Amino acid sequence: MQSSESLFENIRKDFPILERKVRDNKQLVYLDNASTTQKPNQVIDAITDYYQNHNANIHRAVYALAEEATEAYESTRDKIANFINIKDRREIIFVRGTTEAINLVSYAWGRTHLKEGDIVVTTEYEHHSNIVPWQLATQEKHAKLEYIGMDDNGELILDDLDKILATGKVKLVTFSLMSNVLGTITDAKKIIDKCKAAGVLTLIDGAQAVPHMKVDVEELGCDFFAFSGHKMLGPTGIGVLWVRKSVLETMSPFHGGGDMIREVHKYETTWNDLPYKFEAGTPNIADVVGFGAAIDYLTKIGMDNIRQHEIELTKYAIDEFSKVKGLHIYGTKDISKRGGVISFNFADVHPHDVAQIIDEEGIAVRSGHHCAQVLMERLDVAATSRASFYIYNTREEVDVLINSLNKVAKVFKL
Amino acid sequence: MSGADIYHEMIVDYSRNPINYGKIENHDVTFHDSNPLCGDSIDIDMKIDDDKVTDIKFHGKGCAICMACSSVLTEITKGKSIEDARKIEKNDVLGELGLEHLQAVRIKCALLSLKVLKSALYTYLGNNMDEAQDRDKLKEEASNLY
Repeated sequence: MQSSESLFENIRKDFPILERKVRDNKQLVYLDNASTTQKPNQVIDAITDYYQNHNANIHRAVYALAEEATEAYESTRDKIANFINIKDRREIIFVRGTTEAINLVSYAWGRTHLKEGDIVVTTEYEHHSNIVPWQLATQEKHAKLEYIGMDDNGELILDDLDKILATGKVKLVTFSLMSNVLGTITDAKKIIDKCKAAGVLTLIDGAQAVPHMKVDVEELGCDFFAFSGHKMLGPTGIGVLWVRKSVLETMSPFHGGGDMIREVHKYETTWNDLPYKFEAGTPNIADVVGFGAAIDYLTKIGMDNIRQHEIELTKYAIDEFSKVKGLHIYGTKDISKRGGVISFNFADVHPHDVAQIIDEEGIAVRSGHHCAQVLMERLDVAATSRASFYIYNTREEVDVLINSLNKVAKVFKL
Repeated sequence: MSGADIYHEMIVDYSRNPINYGKIENHDVTFHDSNPLCGDSIDIDMKIDDDKVTDIKFHGKGCAICMACSSVLTEITKGKSIEDARKIEKNDVLGELGLEHLQAVRIKCALLSLKVLKSALYTYLGNNMDEAQDRDKLKEEASNLY
């Protein structure tokens, strides 16, 4: 493995936005990568090149451009299969993002398989996108939604899962591989083993994990896996749902329309082959192409190198944060169990006020409930501030953040 | 106006020591609302005698801007007739704290308590109205507020 320093020092040149000055001519320090990441020139260029040179609708027409567009679109499917180790490319469905992926499952799988009295299990640290679709589906089917609780260290209490599984009524267990607020890395293998033993399907929300570490879907052994392109250098509006073929074949379509059909007659339709049965209408071709370029970029750096870079940066940040009086970090301090996401509160200052004051220094951090109000309730806070790192972030940027907190302390007389 | 400028003495003091903070056990009307963007959450309780707001308290969680504006708003409202309280405008609150030019993303923090107050007043008036027609008119007035 190359040393993290030499590998990462040239990366920032690929991201023109990182040169920007904001507010009062302050250098931008972008620390909101759990929300969305910046895009390198390679991704921006791929999208421009697609529109300038190859744009056409895919799959149908026989002319040259259409062939090129189809090839560009479909090659990303292969890159994804390779990237997260999926054996059968027909199990990969392009969607708008993780939210749409989970809604697709709750609709196309949930409405076929959930019955009265069934249980769907989620966790206390889920994003709203892995809670609300299940509230909708279970309410409609008179099924129940139950939660795996979280301990004070920000880790899931797997005894809760044992108890719920013992009812024999669980149909699906759904959880994120990494919490978007605490950065906790879920012990997915343990959950999946328990579920397999009980004959229960599992869904993994990989939105926070896939951009930051090597993920092997085959090895995980789950049944559904979802993630988004824009959190891993790709464009917004494109994501992936993978479903194990044996499960996918039992699902009814999500959206009806063009491309998802085999034959349409006045009163009946037969469905297209997988995955096209689940990709109705003209897809987001250009952004799929851009997503492919993002995967190429990440592959070139190497996911293990990225994880290592973030471990070093997160460790440094946690150490520095710990020196700030009155600063409270949520979640485990065991770096091996967390990604580069640090949620914190500073004395009694509201996160909104923290974010606003440090914005003056050019720092972009997120404040609020991070679409995880169930978790906020569990932590008994209204909101937190959150700094989240990616490949282009540096120790110097962490220092700028720490220094800016002194300004907050001054304003609020801490 | 942006950044640290808005955090002058008064805002910080009110956020630390809010006035009219708490609950009124035997309130005549109470209302709760929250800001879905940031999770700020405010309840207002009011005691109303002879169409006059004789006591008002708020509680909840919010940023410094939200807490300071809630303090100022409840102070302005106390003792006013329902009719006068209905006429309180956003600049009555913002002006008091020098926040007239607050950036758009923070305006919602500043005005959450005003929204709760108005909703509470309309709830009270609606509950004490006999004519369905009057209630409809009130609903329309309320829906045009924000």
